[in-house]
Order: sequence, then structure tokens, then C-alpha cells
Amino acid sequence: MSSDIVLSISGVNRTYQDDRGNTVEALRDINLSVRRGEFVSFIGPSGCGKTTLLRLIAGLDAPESGSVTLDGKEITSPDPKHGYVVQQGGLFPWLTVEQNIAFGLKARHIFGENRAQVAHYISLIGLRGFEKAFPHQISGGMAQRVAIARALINKPEALLLDEPMGALDSFTRADIQDKLLELRRENDATMLLVTHDVDEAIYLSDRIVVMTPRPGKISDLLDVKLPHPRHRGGPEFLSIRRNILEKLNLASAQPQPEYTI
Amino acid sequence: MKNIKFIGAAAGTVLGFFAAFLVNLFVRQAADMEVQTYSFGAVTLDMNQTYRLVLLALILLYLVIAVCSCFDAGRRMRYASRMPFRLAMGLVLAIWDILGTKYLLLPQPFFPGPAKIVEAFLMDSGYILQNTVYSLRLFAVGFALGVIIGIGTGILIGWFPKIYYWVYPILKITGVIPAVTWMPFALTLFPTPFAGAAFLIVICAWFPIASLTAGGIQSTPKAQLEIARTLGAKTPYLVFHVAIPHAMPQIFTGITTANAFAFTTLVIAEMMGQPGGLGYYINASKVWSAYYKVFAAIVVMAVMFSLIMYGIGLIRGRVLRWQKGLVVQ
Repeated sequence: MSSDIVLSISGVNRTYQDDRGNTVEALRDINLSVRRGEFVSFIGPSGCGKTTLLRLIAGLDAPESGSVTLDGKEITSPDPKHGYVVQQGGLFPWLTVEQNIAFGLKARHIFGENRAQVAHYISLIGLRGFEKAFPHQISGGMAQRVAIARALINKPEALLLDEPMGALDSFTRADIQDKLLELRRENDATMLLVTHDVDEAIYLSDRIVVMTPRPGKISDLLDVKLPHPRHRGGPEFLSIRRNILEKLNLASAQPQPEYTI
Repeated sequence: MKNIKFIGAAAGTVLGFFAAFLVNLFVRQAADMEVQTYSFGAVTLDMNQTYRLVLLALILLYLVIAVCSCFDAGRRMRYASRMPFRLAMGLVLAIWDILGTKYLLLPQPFFPGPAKIVEAFLMDSGYILQNTVYSLRLFAVGFALGVIIGIGTGILIGWFPKIYYWVYPILKITGVIPAVTWMPFALTLFPTPFAGAAFLIVICAWFPIASLTAGGIQSTPKAQLEIARTLGAKTPYLVFHVAIPHAMPQIFTGITTANAFAFTTLVIAEMMGQPGGLGYYINASKVWSAYYKVFAAIVVMAVMFSLIMYGIGLIRGRVLRWQKGLVVQ
């Protein structure tokens, strides 16, 4: 195994029972290796198992067979080494912005020596002046940035993002996408993003994993070799976009995309 | 213009009490009533003089509040909005004074006038204070233990399914029994009546606090616990820094409910077998048909219990300040 592989998923299967007692194959034979510092997006229609896969990597769920390893060590439980950010942020409403970001440090009893980190991450996400605000007093976009900073302060080997921009309007979403790229540069972090937004995946990723449902499996891996910052209306961008939409059977008969940004 | 209005509000507030003052001073004592005097060192007071002093103190208090409020628009509004009620309170005192003291038209000795109730404090001030301290001490010990034990068992029941299975049914069955039911045991099994009554208060506070705490802990969203675990939190940290803060609003609902139960239990326990306390004082006064003393004890209770509830409200507001603007209150 090459040393720059940080995360490796091999032969992972996961089934579960739905409400009616039917067995659903959420993931079948997933194999994937992620390089250090890589940005990988998982895209696919709902039910393709992308969130299930991310939860396995987060250690919140276990595969029936196969293994998920981080730095060669099997993931068996949640750990700040593979930080996890969800759609609605899940900030603790009784803690201020500052205290939310410090949560991981305090939980691991290393807050004392890393106190200064909190202020650093607050300025990194552009929330200076909001340190003492409670989550309900800030906007959804700000809350999401806090959630990302809260995971990043733990210096994760891999940051897992489960549709973190899913509930935001498109302006805020674009803003956070740029923030993510900036944070990734600053922290050299490996990021794995689950999304249902094709443009978002192309804009951010080095590699896109296209998944299909029933059973959830990887149908395609696409490299995105465009330099940053990417132009959402550029010809290569649109051609990758069309390619992905075709793979997801979402492309229309016309060769032109429905809209451009 | 605004200032004139506010001065009007202040005048209206004290007007009722001033009317009561004048009524007591100038209305003739029509009914036959013996007015005793009490001397404290060089000062000699009878009940009417003391009552008028109380009224003057109230007038002074409301004027001081008016002065303190006049610099803040919100407080001015609040002060002005309370004017009609305070005016009415003063007028009611005036009428009560005429009916209860001056003409003795209310059935005696059950409904004494306000001056007569004030007389109880002249006569018994030391004894009332002693009984108030007894009640406070009993309440503090019983309620504090009840809160601690209630929150403790609530957390255990809420967090550990095994404990829930074995303890929750017991809580559910014993919880609906009014705490004073255990009186026979409390009075015989405990070394002192004080310990027995404290036990009753613990029991009555324990149930609502434990069950609401357990409910609050159990309703912690799974997503929050998962996120906390991905951030590196282990079980004890999850309990103390996720589940308990999440349950805090419900814990306070439990404490507020328990508080009301505890007042009831306190007074009943004192009436049924304590060597002191306001409940005991009421019982002892009733035997002598000294209903004005009963009312005096009721006034002390009203003030004491209100202050305790106010204090709990302050703590609640401080602990739950993150909810401000999040919930309708």
C-alpha cells in the first residue's frame, strides 16, 4: 500500500432492514482509496448509499463485510481523526460559537494548551465578533462554517462532509464552497464530500465518485483536473457536468445543458 | 409631556396607599375595640400606628422604585402599566380597614382588619421569626436533597436502559402517591421530627424532578450524541456536556413543579407534627382563635415562597440564557 493513501475502503458491504422488514442492500462491494490531501465527492441519487458510506468512514456504523482503514488502522468507532459534519450542522444550542468550536479540545482534555486555536479558527472562518453568539443568533451559513471549524480544530486526517451545504441558499453555498477550498489549502486536509449537487462536486473535487442505487455501488470514478479557481461556466466544466449527468441518466436529449451559471 | 405622564403614574401608584393611610388616621373607630400598645425600648406603638408606618413604607418603596425606573424607557412602561393594580390594592386596604377594624362588619374573629394582622407582628415578632427560620431551614434541607437526588436518579434512569427498566416503574407508582401519605412512617422511623419532615419534602420533590430529568436525557437527539462522539467525546463527557445541558430546560420544569409540591408538603408536615415552623405557628394560633396570627403567618409565607420562586427563576434564567429569543416565554 502506497504511503500517501490515507483512507482505504475494500470490499465493503452493508445491508439493513427497512420498516417493512425487507432487506435493503445499501452498499455492495465498495472499493476506494483516497490519497492524502485529496478532495473526493460522492454523488448519486438518494438511496445510492453515499451517506451510509460516509457514516461507515466516520465510524458511526460498521460494515457487514470488508474494511475501512485510516492510515492503515481499521475504523471501528467515531474519532476526531475522521471528523464529521452534517447537513444541519448539529451545533450545540447551549454553547456559544466559541464554545462549540472548542468542544473537541475540551472533550479530549487538551483545551488548556490549545486555547489559542479557537480564536485562530474563528478568524479563519470569518466569524470574529460572533464568538459569544449562540447558534440560533447566527445565520445558517455561519452555523455551517462553525460546524466545519469545530471538526477541523481536531486536525482530522480526513474531514467527512455529509451535504453540509444542502440546506443553504445558492449564494451562501457558493461562499462556503470557496471557504472549504481555502480551509483545505490552510490545513492540508483530506476531504470527502457527499452531495447531490453536480456543480458543487465539480467545483470542489479532485475526484468524483458516481454512485447508483439498489444496490448502492460505485458506478464511475472521474478525475477533475481543472486548476483552481474553477469557472462554473467554462467549457471543460460543462463537459464534465454533461458527462456526469449522462452517467446518472439525468442528461436531457439535447447536447446543451439546461442552464449555465 | 412624557414626564408629566410618568409623574401621574407614580402619583396614582401611591394614591391608594395614601388613601388607606388617611382612612386609618381619620375614620372614627365606630365599633368597640380595645387597642393595646407595645413598647420597644423608648418607642411605644399600637396596631394602628404600626399599620400606618407599614403604609408609609410602601409609599416610600414605590416612590423609590419610580425614581429608579424613570431613567429607562422599558422600566417606566412597566411601572406605569402596574399603576392601576397598585392603586386598587391601596383602595382595597382602605375599604378592608373600614369593614374589618373601624366598623367590625366582617365576621370576627375570622376576618380581622389589616391593622390587627400587623399587630400579630408587634406581639409575636421574635416567635414568628423563629418559626420562619425553622420553615426555611426545613425547606432548604429537604428541597436541596430532593433536587440532588431527583436529578441524580433522573440521569441514571434516562441514560441507562437497564436502570430505566427496573427503577422507572417504581418511580411511576410511588410518584403519584402524595408525599404526605408517608407521614406515619416519617414521624416514627426518623430520629427527629425535622428529619422526618425533610424526608417528606425530599420524596415530593424527587418524583417530578427525576421523571422530567429522565425524559430530558432520553430526548437528547441521537445526531447530537453522534456528532459529539466524532469530536472525541467519551461517555462521561457525553452525559455531562451533551445530555444534561440538553435536558436542562426540562430539569428546571421539574424543579419548578417540585417547588410548588414542596411548599404544600412543608406546611402540611409542620401542621401535623413539628415543634416549629409557620405551619406549626398557624396551628398553634388557631387553637386560641387568633386568626389574625394565622393571616400574619400567611403573609410571611406569601413573601417567603415568592422570594424562593423568584430566586429559582433567576437561576433558571441564568442557566438557560442560551434559550433567550429561541423560545416564547
